[in-house]
Amino acid sequence: MNDMRPVERSVDTKEIKFECSDVQVYYGATHAIKDVNVTLEDKTVTAFIGPSGCGKSTFLRCLNRMNDTIDICRVTGNLLLDGEDIYDKRVDPVQLRAKVGMVFQKPNPFPKSIYDNIAYGPRIHGLAKNKAELDEIVEKSLRRGAIWDEVKDRLDAPGTGLSGGQQQRLCIARAIATEPEVLLMDEPCSALDPIATAQVEELIDELRENYSVVIVTHSMQQAARVSQKTAFFHLGNLVEFGETGKIFTNPRDPRTESYITGRIG
Amino acid sequence: MTDATANAAPAPKQGKHAGSLFDADARTKKRNAAETRFRAYGLTAVGIGVAALIMLMTSILGQGLPAFNQTFITLDVYLDEAKLDKNGTRDIEAIKKVSTFGYAPLIKNAMAAKVDELGISFETFGVSGKDAEAMISKEAAAQLRRFVIAHPDRIGDTVEFEFLASGRIDGYYKGRVSMESAEKDSNVTPGQLQLADALKEGGALSTHFNWGFITMADASENRPEAAGIGVAMLGSLYMMIIVLCLALPIGVAASIYLEEFAPKNWITDLIEVNISNLAAVPSIVFGILGLAIFINYAGLPQSAPVVGGLVLTLMTLPTIIISTRASLKSVPPSIRDAALGVGASKMQSVFHHVLPLAAPGILTGTIIGLAQALGETAPLMLIGMVAFVREFPSAPPEGFFDPASALPVQVYNWTTRADPAFVERASGAIIVLLIFLLCMNFLAIVLRRRFERRW
Ligand SMILES: Nc1ncnc2c1ncn2[C@@H]1O[C@H](COP(=O)(O)OP(=O)(O)OP(=O)(O)O)[C@@H](O)[C@H]1O
Ligand SMILES: [Mg+2]
Repeated sequence: MNDMRPVERSVDTKEIKFECSDVQVYYGATHAIKDVNVTLEDKTVTAFIGPSGCGKSTFLRCLNRMNDTIDICRVTGNLLLDGEDIYDKRVDPVQLRAKVGMVFQKPNPFPKSIYDNIAYGPRIHGLAKNKAELDEIVEKSLRRGAIWDEVKDRLDAPGTGLSGGQQQRLCIARAIATEPEVLLMDEPCSALDPIATAQVEELIDELRENYSVVIVTHSMQQAARVSQKTAFFHLGNLVEFGETGKIFTNPRDPRTESYITGRIG
Repeated sequence: MTDATANAAPAPKQGKHAGSLFDADARTKKRNAAETRFRAYGLTAVGIGVAALIMLMTSILGQGLPAFNQTFITLDVYLDEAKLDKNGTRDIEAIKKVSTFGYAPLIKNAMAAKVDELGISFETFGVSGKDAEAMISKEAAAQLRRFVIAHPDRIGDTVEFEFLASGRIDGYYKGRVSMESAEKDSNVTPGQLQLADALKEGGALSTHFNWGFITMADASENRPEAAGIGVAMLGSLYMMIIVLCLALPIGVAASIYLEEFAPKNWITDLIEVNISNLAAVPSIVFGILGLAIFINYAGLPQSAPVVGGLVLTLMTLPTIIISTRASLKSVPPSIRDAALGVGASKMQSVFHHVLPLAAPGILTGTIIGLAQALGETAPLMLIGMVAFVREFPSAPPEGFFDPASALPVQVYNWTTRADPAFVERASGAIIVLLIFLLCMNFLAIVLRRRFERRW
């Protein structure tokens, strides 16, 4: 897989990573996602925006089948990752989640050392042959998570002892340590100060070189800054999806316009 | 500012909270009074509890501590060859044929010799040789016989022995028996007590710590001085081992399955309700169940620690399951999400992340369940552990099937006996039981602290 990348990049046509059509999500009787059709491209940052409770997190969690952990949740429709239906019976969600990493809305480091937080994923997936390789992965991930300088002297300290913003960056580093192909981020910056936010946004921009990134955000400015594509959700419907620039300057739907200008939300 | 308002005549104010802050209004006064009353009730309640505890402790300690001390009489016994090994062959089988009755005269002679040595005589106290022999526990002959069988080569020598004094003599030094009570007692005469005093003066009689209480087996009605909690402690230990080995894995596995893997539907709801109800079932019901299933149906031996252990396991399981589930529930779901999010399987997320966080709660629950099981009496009586057991069970695993007693059952057993010396021993056994319980609770606290402090 890895050796394919340079070729892909040289071609520089954006491949479709996720292709979703007719996605419906139900929580028991509640219809939370209605008829969503969306395509997520490789090496692209896609932003999900929309008022609270409109189903952004729900849809995001469909993409790595985290909704499986909710008993009452039912997903129908086609969600194809590289052309393969991720809800097919043959798909092991564990394998899928190694490919589609996730950063949660609330920072949730393991109550283990900083080192073990990062090393856990690579360990269970067998990504490192020996300790030296693992050390290398840990350092690389922490550097890319923009937190290496702050923690390099205390890798044995508990991850839960970091500040909220540091914890979130640790979680981002943990998510990229397993080398996913798609990274889902649910409001990664809601707990961060402007400086850390800027660092994370920089990181997202870097990640775009290799990954397809999906970010849920409540900040229009952030969506405008980091994403190339934007999807606007409203009451479970995907109202509008397109180039970020177009959505923000020239929305087609009146609901999008009123949300962006701050009239609904 | 404040001075000004305090000194100035309070201007008539309007509004809901008019009036000076310096005087409490009627409502506030009423509320404060209610609070004071409530504090008084609370203090009284705590006081009653503490007083009851202190009374309990002083009564148990006062009655039980003497059980750890015992009166001993030291005699030099001549191991007469003519009595113990008539043929002089030192054949162990021949020596074993001599029963404890054969040893009694040796002790009688040794007693007489001791009195002679001290320059006193039985007549002074109006005591016959037989009365003097009765001052020594009936256990002495058995002790002597054990020694001879273990060391046949010592036959013909004079060996110094420390024998237990009989229960009444011991009671005399513990204040249970007095000269006046001895007058009316058919088991002891004032003369014997005076002789005991004389022996004490001569250094042949002393009262000191008695390891035998901890290591020896139970003894029959008429020799309370020889009764110990050894068999009961071993029986309790065996049962605890069984309970720990069965209840912990089964309970934890069941809880993990129910909490993490089982689908939430009416079947699991039903199981949950049943488990909570099981925890409230009177323990004697488990005893009946054990009698019916393990002894009558499965044919396991009566009075055996294995049956007791199984019954107590059934009893402890709900406690362990409930506490384990509670501690699994208290692990934040975000940890599970985090593990699943990096691609861990359900099982990995449980065993790598959830279980370590739940461990202190699980351990505490287990130890409290064990402590409960340790103190349980009723179900054990139903499965025959109340029987009189003289023999120590052998080492596990065979020992699990040998008859044994249990500490709380032993306590019950002793309190039903006539001789007041047994009441003292029952209290002593209660002290040992309480020490075990305290140690286990202490261990639970230490473990919880240790694990919680990790992060
Ligand atoms: N576990 C659940 N069980 C039942 N209903 C749920 C569950 N999670 C979400 N929902 C419902 O689904 C709808 C969408 O929720 P979702 O969390 O996706 O919103 P969101 O767009 O992420 O909101 P926010 O911006 O506040 O995070 C809401 O109406 C919510 O009540
Ligand atoms: Mg959300």
